[in-house]
Amino acid sequence: MIRIDCPYCGARDHTEFSYGGDASVPRPDIACEDIKAWSDYVFLRDNPRGAHSEFWHHVNGCREWLIVKRDTATHEVAAVLPARGNMP
Amino acid sequence: MSAAPFRLKTGGRIARERPLSFTFDGRRFEGFAGDTLASALLAHGVATVARSFKFHRRRGIYTASSDEPNALVSLGGGGRHEPNARATDTELFDGLAARSQNCWPSVNFDLMAVNGWFAPILKAGFYYKTFMGPTRGAWRVYEHVIRRAAGLGKATLQRDPDTYEHGHLFCDVLVAGAGPAGLAAALAAGRAGARVIVCEQQPRTGGQLLDQPADGPGDDWRRRIMDELAGLATVRIMTRTSVFGAYDGGTFGLIERLFDHVREPPGRQPRQRSWTLRCGHAVIATGATERAIVFANNDRPGIMLASAIGSMINRYAVLPGRAVVLFTNNDSAYDVACDAARAGAAVTLVDVRRQPPAKRSGRCRDAGVAIIAGHGVIAAAGRKSVSGVHIAPVDASDDTRFLACDLLGVSGGWTPAVHLMSHRGARPLYDEGLACFVPGDMSPGQSAAGACAGAFALSACIAQGLAAGREAAGLCGFARTRKPLRTSIEIDDAWEMPIEPYWASPVNGRTKSAPRFVDLQNDVTISDIELAHREGFVSLEHLKRYTTLGMGTDQGKTSNVAALALMAGLRGCAVSDVGTTTFRPPYMPVAIGALAGPRVGPRLQPRRLSPMHDWHRDHGAVYIQAGLWERPWYYPGPGESLEQCYIREARQTRKTVGLTDVSPLGKIDVQGPDAAEFLNRVYINGWKKLAVGKARYGVMLREDGIVADDGTTSRLADEHYFMTTTTANAGAVMARLEFLLQTAWPDLKVHVTSVSDQWAGMAVAGPRSRDLLAGLIRDVDFSAEGLPFMGLAHGSVRAIPVRILRVSYSGELAYELYCPAGFGHELWDRVFGAGADFDLVVYGLEAMGTMRIEKGHVAGPEIDGRTSAGDLGLGRMASTKKPFIGSVLMRRDGLRDASRPALVGIRPVERTQRLSAGAILCEPGRHEGHGIGHVSSITFSPQMGCDIALALVSGGLAREGDIVDAVFSMRDETVAVRIVNPVFFDPGGERLRG
Ligand SMILES: [Zn+2]
Repeated sequence: MIRIDCPYCGARDHTEFSYGGDASVPRPDIACEDIKAWSDYVFLRDNPRGAHSEFWHHVNGCREWLIVKRDTATHEVAAVLPARGNMP
Repeated sequence: MSAAPFRLKTGGRIARERPLSFTFDGRRFEGFAGDTLASALLAHGVATVARSFKFHRRRGIYTASSDEPNALVSLGGGGRHEPNARATDTELFDGLAARSQNCWPSVNFDLMAVNGWFAPILKAGFYYKTFMGPTRGAWRVYEHVIRRAAGLGKATLQRDPDTYEHGHLFCDVLVAGAGPAGLAAALAAGRAGARVIVCEQQPRTGGQLLDQPADGPGDDWRRRIMDELAGLATVRIMTRTSVFGAYDGGTFGLIERLFDHVREPPGRQPRQRSWTLRCGHAVIATGATERAIVFANNDRPGIMLASAIGSMINRYAVLPGRAVVLFTNNDSAYDVACDAARAGAAVTLVDVRRQPPAKRSGRCRDAGVAIIAGHGVIAAAGRKSVSGVHIAPVDASDDTRFLACDLLGVSGGWTPAVHLMSHRGARPLYDEGLACFVPGDMSPGQSAAGACAGAFALSACIAQGLAAGREAAGLCGFARTRKPLRTSIEIDDAWEMPIEPYWASPVNGRTKSAPRFVDLQNDVTISDIELAHREGFVSLEHLKRYTTLGMGTDQGKTSNVAALALMAGLRGCAVSDVGTTTFRPPYMPVAIGALAGPRVGPRLQPRRLSPMHDWHRDHGAVYIQAGLWERPWYYPGPGESLEQCYIREARQTRKTVGLTDVSPLGKIDVQGPDAAEFLNRVYINGWKKLAVGKARYGVMLREDGIVADDGTTSRLADEHYFMTTTTANAGAVMARLEFLLQTAWPDLKVHVTSVSDQWAGMAVAGPRSRDLLAGLIRDVDFSAEGLPFMGLAHGSVRAIPVRILRVSYSGELAYELYCPAGFGHELWDRVFGAGADFDLVVYGLEAMGTMRIEKGHVAGPEIDGRTSAGDLGLGRMASTKKPFIGSVLMRRDGLRDASRPALVGIRPVERTQRLSAGAILCEPGRHEGHGIGHVSSITFSPQMGCDIALALVSGGLAREGDIVDAVFSMRDETVAVRIVNPVFFDPGGERLRG
């Protein structure tokens, strides 16, 4: 069980959250028409062993999207930030 | 009822004033409260209690713990039948009914023992070689024979009458194990003020102290510590509770066996409770498991672990033999030898070490124990149970002599229970001096104390426990206690002499052909390990899978280390180079029922019910599960089949008017000054020009250009929209919209709120729907001009506010009515009541599907996560004037390939032929590969008078008019079908716009 310290709700079990994928890749602007930029954003992902920045949605809590810094090998959580204002 | 010839007159920790009666294989026996099933059977001299897994050899009770490999029995009857229970940790209760398993017709006369004659072919790799290679067809022939002959107990198919609970626990310090180390840790942490939970899988605390003679210094110490713990308000001790797994973030899994030790739980209390515990720090004090030494016929009933004999004597007052031989390579069996001799047995101790420990030898000789040093047991004699042993000097295996005995205790040393320390990936290290694996790097938030950390002396266990408890409390922020703890103990059991690694006795000429078992539960012998080595399965993970070593319900707790050491010997390398297997939860078998807890049957998952659910139920609806929703499928009349019913419902709707429940649709309230811009970005079509009071059909894509969802959204006010989504994607669409607003476009001033549960929805469809509603909702102009197609109006039925959308899924003149959920039932009642004059029919999901297929509308089977808007004939909707989610990647070459499967209609060339959903479409006569497409949705069409279907076929409507084969291999069925336009009904849309 991973414990995630939601900045809005406090520490909760990961069962309250849903995983939202890699949060390390900047999203192209909606007006960007470059197929390569969108392809890279949608399809190209690293699969690191170790430190990882990822989205979690507090879906059964405050419903805020969070950025969680988690070690993929140990599941240790280093930081939890609101996604608002902390996007790559 | 027979006397118990092996019960000692005094001693033990049983309650002699509470006799209990139980049966084993139908025979009645007597035991006492405090017995286990194993101790009570041994008291009566029941030697054979089970038959082995593969060879059906006689097996007796081998341990006195949950590590038992042999004595697996079935308990209870009916729905409470429990297979593979360990007799050794099954607490005796009055009326317990146990049965042997894996034998036929009985454990003493087992016809399946013929398997033993085939032992030479049932060796390691037998299954792989016989059933995976060129002879694999043999599996079909022999599977049922083998499954019947090799196995354990059988699970019942009856419903378990007991209930199970889930619970959550929080503490600062978890102490796993309440032996001396665990109790000391709990005391130190508790004294510091930490919230402590101590878990002990046995019914009472004390661990190895309970194997000391009763009322000795061990009991004194235990009582003193327990008294102190009882005075600490923050310490909770949970007995009959196993910590079965260590998980991330200080989380542990616990099973509390509340009422396994009685015939049935009193009242309606749960039988077991599964706890999720979160702690700041965990002190692992799980002790160690004694392990075997391998020799010929080492599986005979009457052969036990030495410590199990100690347990039988001191806990249960059972001495399971008169003439006892103990075979050891370490100091621990000497105490057992003394206890057995004092209890009245003739005891011979055979130690492989040439120099026995001096003090212990002295104590043993004083008790009358004969000690034979520098010798090993080569083989056990006896057929039904052990009748003696052949021993020989360790360096001269042919120089044997015979010792008669009826009980043989074996101690090959101790294996620390490092499981909980390894569940999170930390690897134990091999300690050459102790000849065992000890904890290496600790997992975060854990420390180890006592025998599980390689400390086998009581004083060391206690010292380590105190230190670990203090440290754990300190890490959780609790100041160390200054008051000294009275924790010394007057037992000196420190080993005098080091253990001598000795895993298996050599064979001599006499014992060459006798089996030497490493893993008793899975019948894995030294020969199997040698075979695995010869054939190259030398890494432990391969050895394990090739021989099934350690893969039984006991997970090889008493045998794995010996197997490792034997493989190391064959390879000529160090034990540490062979490695250890990965330890995974659960530590011991856990009942599925406890893990499921209360979430069984109707409580498996939440039920989502429409506000009109009661009406549907009262009117005979047959339900279908749609995600979590229970939706009316059809409303059969007397004797009406599903097909007869949905055809009637659809036909009547198209003829007069139909009413159906659409409450499960996803509904999202979208508000804010930038709402129109937001919709413009998430839908492929334009929203800026949608006027207040109008609705529009929209399609959403994923970023990769694949269709995600569709639905209608209407504009309630300047900055206020009402979005609907499909039922299946309601949650995902909501989460996605939140993601976009919070992460991608935080500058947009928009708020989204899920209102799916707040609004009841119903569709009124059919040529007479307008007349019906105009009479019911008087404050709305239902004329074609007043409320045109894709128009929105607000009205009321008495006090019920109603939102009316003129949209159509059925292709009929149709309206969707939405009202606050609490009014849903009443509004439905009123529509239904008013419908009596218009021949209204209520229709379910099946008829709804029929009408949407007739109309060529796509739904879940077509929006399957692989189709683009173009594939579904919706490409023209996509705006070229604005960017939207997926607008770039939908133009990928791959998604514009003209040969992509695209939406078409099909119908059988021969009108009477039936179609199958999921059929593969192939060019006529060329049934190969993946074909050219597949049938996605089928129905019988009352309008067409035949089966029709939607399909995705390569080339799409460019193939219109072609005849292809619809192949359904599972029924060996081929139907010639014609590709047609997917809009079967009213292609011009006159009806819905009328
Ligand atoms: Zn939250």
